[in-house]
Amino acid sequence: MLSVAGLCTEYVDERGQAVRAAHEVAFEVPQGKLFTLLGPSGCGKTTTLRSIAGLERPRQGEISVGGDIVYSSQRGVFVPPNRRGLGMVFQSYAIWPHMTVFENAAFPLRVGRRALGRREIEERVLRVLKVVALEEMAGREATKLSGGQQQRLALARALVMEPRLLLLDEPLSNLDAKLRERMRFELKRLQRELRITTVYVTHDQSEALALSHSIAVMNAGLIQQVGTPREIYERPGNQFVAEFVGTTNFLHATVSAPADPGYYRVHSALGEMKVRAVEALQQAERVILSVRPEDIQLSETRPEGENVWKGIVDQKVFLGEAVDFQVKLRERALQSRAHPSLRTRVGEPIYLRIDPDKCVALRATGEWAPGE
Amino acid sequence: MDAALPRRIEAPGRAGFDFKWLLIGACVLLTLYLAVVPLGFLLWQSFFTPQTAAKAAELTLGNYRQAYGSPDTWILFWNSLRFAVGSALLAFCIGTLLAWMNERTNTPFKALFYALSLIPLIIPGILFTVAWILLGSPKIGLINLVLQGLFGTDAVFVNVYSLGGMMWVDGLHYSPVAFLLMSAALRSMDPALEESAVMSGAGIVHVAARITLPLVWPAVFATLLILFVRAIESFEVPALLGLPVGIQVFTSAIYQAVHRYPSQIGLASAYAVTLLSLTAIGVYFQSRLSSRGNRYATMTGKGFRPRPIDLGRWRTLTTAIFLAYFLLIVALPFAVLLWSSLQKFYSVPSLEALQNLTLDPYRTILGYPNLASAVWNSLLLAVGSATLIMLVTSVICWIVVKTKLPGRWLLDNLASLPMVFPGLVLGLAIMILYLYLPVGVYGTIWIMLIAYITRFMPYGLRYNTTSMLQIHKELEESAAMSGASWATTFRRIILPLLKPGLIAGWIYIMIVSIRELSSSILLYSPGTEVLSIVIWELWENGQYVELSALGVMFILGLFVLVLLAQWVGRKFGIGEA
Repeated sequence: MLSVAGLCTEYVDERGQAVRAAHEVAFEVPQGKLFTLLGPSGCGKTTTLRSIAGLERPRQGEISVGGDIVYSSQRGVFVPPNRRGLGMVFQSYAIWPHMTVFENAAFPLRVGRRALGRREIEERVLRVLKVVALEEMAGREATKLSGGQQQRLALARALVMEPRLLLLDEPLSNLDAKLRERMRFELKRLQRELRITTVYVTHDQSEALALSHSIAVMNAGLIQQVGTPREIYERPGNQFVAEFVGTTNFLHATVSAPADPGYYRVHSALGEMKVRAVEALQQAERVILSVRPEDIQLSETRPEGENVWKGIVDQKVFLGEAVDFQVKLRERALQSRAHPSLRTRVGEPIYLRIDPDKCVALRATGEWAPGE
Repeated sequence: MDAALPRRIEAPGRAGFDFKWLLIGACVLLTLYLAVVPLGFLLWQSFFTPQTAAKAAELTLGNYRQAYGSPDTWILFWNSLRFAVGSALLAFCIGTLLAWMNERTNTPFKALFYALSLIPLIIPGILFTVAWILLGSPKIGLINLVLQGLFGTDAVFVNVYSLGGMMWVDGLHYSPVAFLLMSAALRSMDPALEESAVMSGAGIVHVAARITLPLVWPAVFATLLILFVRAIESFEVPALLGLPVGIQVFTSAIYQAVHRYPSQIGLASAYAVTLLSLTAIGVYFQSRLSSRGNRYATMTGKGFRPRPIDLGRWRTLTTAIFLAYFLLIVALPFAVLLWSSLQKFYSVPSLEALQNLTLDPYRTILGYPNLASAVWNSLLLAVGSATLIMLVTSVICWIVVKTKLPGRWLLDNLASLPMVFPGLVLGLAIMILYLYLPVGVYGTIWIMLIAYITRFMPYGLRYNTTSMLQIHKELEESAAMSGASWATTFRRIILPLLKPGLIAGWIYIMIVSIRELSSSILLYSPGTEVLSIVIWELWENGQYVELSALGVMFILGLFVLVLLAQWVGRKFGIGEA
């Protein structure tokens, strides 16, 4: 449905110098799927989205929507944003304060190339307002809406012309925490029901994991990894992805020998252990191990199996639904999340077990030093 | 373009794109043409001899030689400088005292202070000057007559026909400007800055010298520069008060050089170039000051209301000062105009004259042959220039604020350039331009429209920029994403959102256009007189009572306009934006 290839963008900073924003960005979004660009601020995700929208002119690359090329540096094609027929929700919602709710939502139909009858406009606007549960508010001043309502109105406005592609630029970031969580479900339900192809930009990893069919993690203008939420979370492709998506423990290690297919024996600060690797590793290769806190199982009695050590509880934080433990083991502190029923006190010994399947060995790139 | 492209809608997209550049290009060219071309012609003309029937114009340095070789010019220069500095200082002192009284003390009538700040808008310079002639002339001046009667002498107490008198009238008229600027400076200064100096052990003198003065100094300097530039451009006061007694400044000298036969346009241009350099220097320093002003930002964004000083018994004094000021700037001038508008022939107020109150002047003036057309012309010009300026500057301002086009800062500066043109110099430059440019504009109302648009364009830009800065970029982008072309976005999104600034600027330009005199005086011709020209003619003809009648009606009309502007400002200022 959407295909982005070899996209390079630049912007000009205050001193008039061209700064590279996105570099060789390429991805495909199949029909009806929600695709997320995830990354820290300045990683190029918003520039990529705005290039798809046509609000920014990339330097190089090709973008096509549903088979129509909307931008191609090679062929010299640039379709202006108002001719691309895409829907977009902006970070600030960009609700026009001088119009009513109805007028805001009707605007795309009024300025569209296809002249619509009054009856039809009304019908379509009310239908889309109903979808976002704003039909009662149609006559209101747009400025009188609450944050969540404005967000839904922005969504309705983007959907009213039944776009081929919906672009969402951090749509939830201006809402308070409670509302954000509710809107997350709303958004997911809507997207899944309408089956509208969507590109979603966010810096919030939990949003990305919750909503997406697939995620592209970006950093410094480059796509680091593309995959399903589960793949991204459980099999991070590199240290950046492992660190940025969720929290994790990093450990230096050296490969000592291959084990079962896909598994290796390594020597780390904790001692000998069995880990999983996405790529094939060489013997004596230096790797970084990533272990999620919830994948370190704690117990007061020694568990069965591999990768088991005994440590000392250094600190603990009670969070209500879980307890975060910091366990000290041979001068290394490991973060672990456990069920609140585990009541081991600070200073007492505790057993750790790491399932080899959940301990991912990443090739050490040297770019991202493990947070030790 | 490659013909083998996949299906895409080509033509309409390109048309919308082209239209945007067409409009932007047109606005840029218009700005360039309005702001730069007259200036070029003015410079060019200053190097030519006067053209007469017998002799064609030739290239010469004679104008500058005549202008700078003669000792008269140095007197002119000296007079201009003294007049401008004197009236700027007077306005500054009065304005600052009032600002301090209003912001930092418990003097009553605070609401009135701000109403007074509108005086320069409501009472045009020419009427204020005429009113002060009626009050302060040595022969018929009311103040002299009253004092003479009181003391039983025939000594002249005040004489507005003097350099001092000129400074007084001009300085008084523009003191509200100083009041507004200094009020803003005082209001934005956190008293904690002074209080912390006191807590550090400094005495009053130390606080004033080391803290207060350095903090308000940029505002003081900027205010003085603004007042100086404005005073040196002032035309009405030097023309009405200076010329009869031979005190010439640059503006009145330019006027006389043009109105001589044969017209010495070259000489006038040479004077104008000098005057222009003076104002340009002033405006340059002022803009530099305001761009560096952030360093001195005493406004922290935190709301604070300085605790006013309780003046105790001195409150009576400040109240008296305020009432005296009110008397001098509003009550007396308006009263004397009202009085004279109710007389058959101008006479000094007395019981006897009270018997002769009549509405005749109003009847005469309403039957004045040119009045109807002058009112029509004034309104046409005011509405026309206000509308065109606000629309054109909205596009210019969009380019400057919203785009990243290279050279947009130049456009901004070009559109603000007319700010340095004194009205008279602009009139002269435009006159010269259309004398040479055979487009049939000279001698029509169009030439005045061009002058007004050029002169007031910077105001329009200022009003639009303030509003434009508040419009989030995404409001436009979401319109583009909705499928709106640039033109549609501009018409349906930008313009409605600019509305508060558009309306406020529109009314302000209406007001200043209606009272415009110093450009019009060089550009009008029979049939294209405007209201202020009619007042000028009445003055030249000595028809004082008719002038007063027209003046009273004019002031009331402007008063309504200003009230409207205030109301609109309040309504839209809070509602939207």
